[in-house]
This record gives sequence, C-alpha cells and structure tokens, in this order.
Amino acid sequence: MTEATATFDVRRHGPASVVDIKGDVTAASEDVLMAAYQEAGEAQAIVLNFDGLDYMNSGGIGLLVTLLVRCNRRSQQLLAFGLSDHYRQIFELTRLDEAVSIHDTESAALSAAGAGQ
Amino acid sequence: MSELNEERAAARDATNWAKSVSRLDVSEMPDEAVNRVSGKRLVGPIQGFGKMWQKTYQAQLPGDVVTPAELIDTWRQNFQSFWPDGHRFFAPLTGITPGEVALINAPMPGGLKLSTGVMVLYSDEESFTLMTPEGHVFAGWITFSATERDGATVAQVQLLMRAADPICEVGLVLGGHSQENGFWEGTLTRLAAHWGVEAEVDTAVVCVDKKRQWKRWTNLAQSSVIWSTYYTLGAPFRAIRGLVRREGSG
Repeated sequence: MTEATATFDVRRHGPASVVDIKGDVTAASEDVLMAAYQEAGEAQAIVLNFDGLDYMNSGGIGLLVTLLVRCNRRSQQLLAFGLSDHYRQIFELTRLDEAVSIHDTESAALSAAGAGQ
Repeated sequence: MSELNEERAAARDATNWAKSVSRLDVSEMPDEAVNRVSGKRLVGPIQGFGKMWQKTYQAQLPGDVVTPAELIDTWRQNFQSFWPDGHRFFAPLTGITPGEVALINAPMPGGLKLSTGVMVLYSDEESFTLMTPEGHVFAGWITFSATERDGATVAQVQLLMRAADPICEVGLVLGGHSQENGFWEGTLTRLAAHWGVEAEVDTAVVCVDKKRQWKRWTNLAQSSVIWSTYYTLGAPFRAIRGLVRREGSG
C-alpha cells in the first residue's frame, strides 16, 4: 500500500471529537483516518479540522464519504471547518456539503455540534 | 506550509480538479451520440437510492513494461478503445480533462440503448475520476488509477456508488452487479493486452452501507433507463412523423 501522507490527531471537546487533519489526504490515508475515527469513539459529533490540509485528491473525498456512512451508522453528526475556498467548492461540486455541515471556525462548528463554550 | 509549497498546492488544486458547476454543459459531439446529460446536476454516492458499494478491480503489469504515469496517460488518451464491444464512450474533443463531459451510449436488454454520460471530476498523473449525472444508472464516481507495488504497476478501477433509483437497484440485484463486474474486468484485461500482458483481474466488492435511502426514490423522475426506453420505443413513431412531414411539404 502507498504510504499515508496525512496525519489525523484527535482531541475531545465535550460531546464532540475534533480531528486535526494535516498533509495530503488521499486513498492511502484510509487506515490512519479510520484509526482516528476509532479514537474519536462514541462522541456525538465528529468535527474535521481542515486548517492544516495541504492537498486532497478524489480518493480523499471518497474516504470522507465512507467516514460519513460510519458516522450515520452511529447517529453521529459530521461537521467540518477550516476549508479553503477551493475545497469548499469541491464539497459543493461533489455534493458532500449536503451531508457534512461546513463552518468557518472551530467555535462555530462546536456550537453547531452542541459543544459550544 | 512554506510559500513555495502553498503555490505548488494551489497549482495542483486548480489543474487537477474540475471547476464548480451547477448544471452540466456538453461540448461538441458526433451526431450519433445521444445527449441526455446537458442541464443535469452531478450526483455522488450521497444522492443515490440503493445500498452503497465500493468495487475495486485490479490488474498487475510488469513494472519494466509500463510505469504508472505512462499507463494512466495511455488509458486517458484511449479510454474508449479499452471498453468491451458495443459500449460507446464519446470523449470530449479536449480529452479527459477536469470539468469536461463525456457521453455514453450502452446496450440494454431487449435491444434498447442507454444514453447517459459522466463528468471528469479529477485528473492527475496517476489517476482520474469520473462522476455521474442525474439519471445515470448509479450515483457515484469511478476512479482509474495506477500505482507501483513491489516492482509491478497495478492498474485499478474503483467505484463508490449507489443505484440511482429503485428500478436500477432491482436491476443491479438481478444481474447488474455481475454484468458490471464483467465490464470492468474486461476493460482491465484489454488495457493489459495493450502492452502484451495477459493479466488476471482481482475483484473486491464491499457493501459500505446496507441501508437504502428511500427518500431518494424520486430519482426515478430523471432515470436514463426510463427515458432511454421511451426514446428507443418512440423511434418508429418519430420516423413516421418525419415521413408524413416530408410528404406534406413535398
């Protein structure tokens, strides 16, 4: 398998788990992303932080769909923040934005997840 | 990220991904290509009806015969020629480049012809991805890629998809899945044969989501299966109407 080029660090914030994404997200990121999801555990919401994203290809978008299915299975919300204008457009183009709630900042995402300060 | 890396990443983003579109626009196509795609919206696996499947087909070629980048370049430029007989892929004049729309005319049971298409969502040196429009048999995307593994070049087709509507879901259960598996296995066999390689194709099918999205049953209104059937069955009537018009004006 091709080596993963992204890291996914998990921090707990009340009922939500925030996943800090850094690097290039591709199909090769599957194992590390799913390990991060396991680490996020039974949180009510998974919040993806794209601030540190360098690049994402179509394989990476496919991984997010798979992650979404897992979240739906556990009745967890999936939210995102820190997306550049370009990747916001990609979310619109692929219509991921219809299922993943997108926010400008971490605090806005956490508020939407019911984990606001 | 350094300024130089940021510039590189931005350049990759702009080059590799399609620009955002609300509705598809088809550029010039041959007269024989039936266009039922113009004006349609794109649909991904989230917008489909049926169970979600990830299907992966792989063929291994010797690394000294072709590199991943060469393989993808050849595949992109000769995409139609690797399809099994009877299926037509009308590539855009500019080739398989992000944002371009290709038309597909494929045979259906009963001598009917399915008319649909795809948009090029993403393309880089070692992969490209096609996304389906409303009305396509399934909602999702297909990624064609090549990677180096243990000195070999592995060509891969991977679909992430749901049947678009209840009719297509039934069709997939009643033989559609195996037909599709045969289609992509045949494509990879032909691709490998291009370099004189007799490749075995590994197929892995995983049900990612067993739930059907019943609220999406209304996708039927866009179904290319229904519209293609209607169009094909209406051909004799259109021919008679044309004849009557010609005689009336003659």
